[in-house]
Amino acid sequence: MSFDIAVMQIFNGISLFTILVLMALGLAIVFGLMGVINMAHGELMALGAYVTYMVAHFFERHLPSLMGVYILFAILFAFLVTFAFGWALERGFIRFLYKRPLDTLLATWGLSLVLQQAYRSIFGAQEVSVPMTKWLTGAWDMTEGIQIPLNRLFIVGLTVLVSYGVYFLLFKTRWGLRIRAVTQNRAMSGAAGINTNRVDAMTFALGSGLAGIAGAVFTMIGSTNPLTGQLYIVDSFIVVVFGGVASLLGTFVSGFVIAQAQTTLEFLLSGSMAKVAILLLVIVMLYFRPNGLFAARVRQ
Amino acid sequence: MRGWFSKGELFGYLSLAVLLLLIFPFALDPFRLSLISKYLCFGLVGVGLVLAWGYGGILSLGQGIFFGAGGYLMAMFLKLEASGKELPDFMVWSSTEVLPWWWEPYRSFFVTIISVLVIPALSAWVLSYLVFKKRVGGVYFAIVTQALALTLTVLLVGQQGYTGGANGITDFRSVMGWDITSDESKRVLYFIHVVLLFVVMGIGAFIIKSRLGKILIAIRDREDRVRFSGYDTAMFKAFAFTVGALFASLGGAMYSLQVGLITPTLVGAVASIEMIIYVAVGGRLSIPGAVYGALVVGFAKSMFSENFPTLWLFFFGGLFIFVVVFMPNGLAGVLDRFSAKKRSARETRLDVVAEAVPERTKA
Repeated sequence: MSFDIAVMQIFNGISLFTILVLMALGLAIVFGLMGVINMAHGELMALGAYVTYMVAHFFERHLPSLMGVYILFAILFAFLVTFAFGWALERGFIRFLYKRPLDTLLATWGLSLVLQQAYRSIFGAQEVSVPMTKWLTGAWDMTEGIQIPLNRLFIVGLTVLVSYGVYFLLFKTRWGLRIRAVTQNRAMSGAAGINTNRVDAMTFALGSGLAGIAGAVFTMIGSTNPLTGQLYIVDSFIVVVFGGVASLLGTFVSGFVIAQAQTTLEFLLSGSMAKVAILLLVIVMLYFRPNGLFAARVRQ
Repeated sequence: MRGWFSKGELFGYLSLAVLLLLIFPFALDPFRLSLISKYLCFGLVGVGLVLAWGYGGILSLGQGIFFGAGGYLMAMFLKLEASGKELPDFMVWSSTEVLPWWWEPYRSFFVTIISVLVIPALSAWVLSYLVFKKRVGGVYFAIVTQALALTLTVLLVGQQGYTGGANGITDFRSVMGWDITSDESKRVLYFIHVVLLFVVMGIGAFIIKSRLGKILIAIRDREDRVRFSGYDTAMFKAFAFTVGALFASLGGAMYSLQVGLITPTLVGAVASIEMIIYVAVGGRLSIPGAVYGALVVGFAKSMFSENFPTLWLFFFGGLFIFVVVFMPNGLAGVLDRFSAKKRSARETRLDVVAEAVPERTKA
């Protein structure tokens, strides 16, 4: 493998990594901090993608002069809509299931079916895609033979920004302090005057909002159909579990490892065998480190 | 019988026997009857899930793996017999030239039956014992099994020359010279299937009622306490999971035999979750309930997807959310609440059960 191909390969891995990490960050928050297994997380991502699609159309029709920056509005909007939707979900039925984690898995899977069908009824079964922003088309020619598409570069930057934002929110703000307090000791936090119900709703909504951002980003590298969410849900769960459930750094690192391994193996083996190899590797790894790569050492 | 079964259970078994043996075979036309046998294959899987999930507390999102294993093993035999001396047609299409060596033994019906009984069960035991020994359980186990189901699907689709790819294996004719495509033989198969189902239900009921069943319930509700009392809990859980896998494999084998095809979609993550739904709707703590669940949901699926294809997923998803949130013990649980007031292990409150789970997964 020559150097050029290696660099391009790594960059392909990084593009997959961005989607996986954005998805997995949301999952890590919902699953790691709240213990809720949200199988509809992929459909929340698809919701973000469809919101982006609608925003793009709105700008095309009413504000064509601002088409250059529509993607920024779309990302914001996708976040807000999925955030609100997540809030409603949490209040609507997730909160009844906190004591039955395996049942949240089943109920949210039912929800994912309903959402898929809803997308199919509203947007049709065929794929929809958004127009590419002008300043993001084209590629940056690093050297002869190495071309890095600008939109991917943008996505990488955005992912880093969002990851830092999540870190900042959880570890540097009072709000994050409350979330972490409730995770560690719900009863005590309640006694200390934290409104734990509100924190639950906020946390779940934040995780959902991150899925929305992942969806908005997804529109930049692929087209959306009602089953888009299904493509990433199992992979992102594996990223979260592999990285260690309560660790954001773990999620980040395992997203990187899995995405790189996936693209590299896809290059060396056939696509399906690469997938099989990755899944088996993760399962074997989990056998030796059941709590993931970066197990948080917390007192039980 | 008294003392062994509660009134509700007795009603479940008897009504099921009357329905399956006396009413369906005589009231339904061959097409509808074949649909019933298809649903009953998932009934077999359901009985296993009641043991593993309802009583053992092990949620497997990969039951399709074992269903598929049984189905594909049986399909290999049927395909070889249908092809006679020739190579199976799908191998010819994907230009495989010689029959792979591991297909060879499946010319024998005897070897096939043994494989259906042994291979899925053995692999389930090895996998689950290793995992439970490490005290990985609950959510992780669910995700690992789901990942395995996904892996197997990818593998089956990818290895077209050996497995028939996305189309699976189909076009079967006979079992040891006995034609299985006519209406008459389908009827015979139906009765064989119902008898098998009742045998399996009997085994399941026996396990649940025995002391072993009590230990399973104890492990589900508070695993560490049982471990502290000196039991090898991993062994018990692996046993429950293995029995579940065995029943699923039987279901798969019957599916190939009766429906006449097996495809990777029956193995995948979605099919596996559907199997969970059948049990959740019927009642995860009731063996006849699980079979009823398979019948009712299977029937609703055929009805809706024939008449209102777009509404089907709304209905199915909505039903699932409703059942899980509001009736955690399914239809059987609702019946029980009306009939019996006695509290027994069957009615152990599930929210108490689940409280034990997060501790285990985080440990």
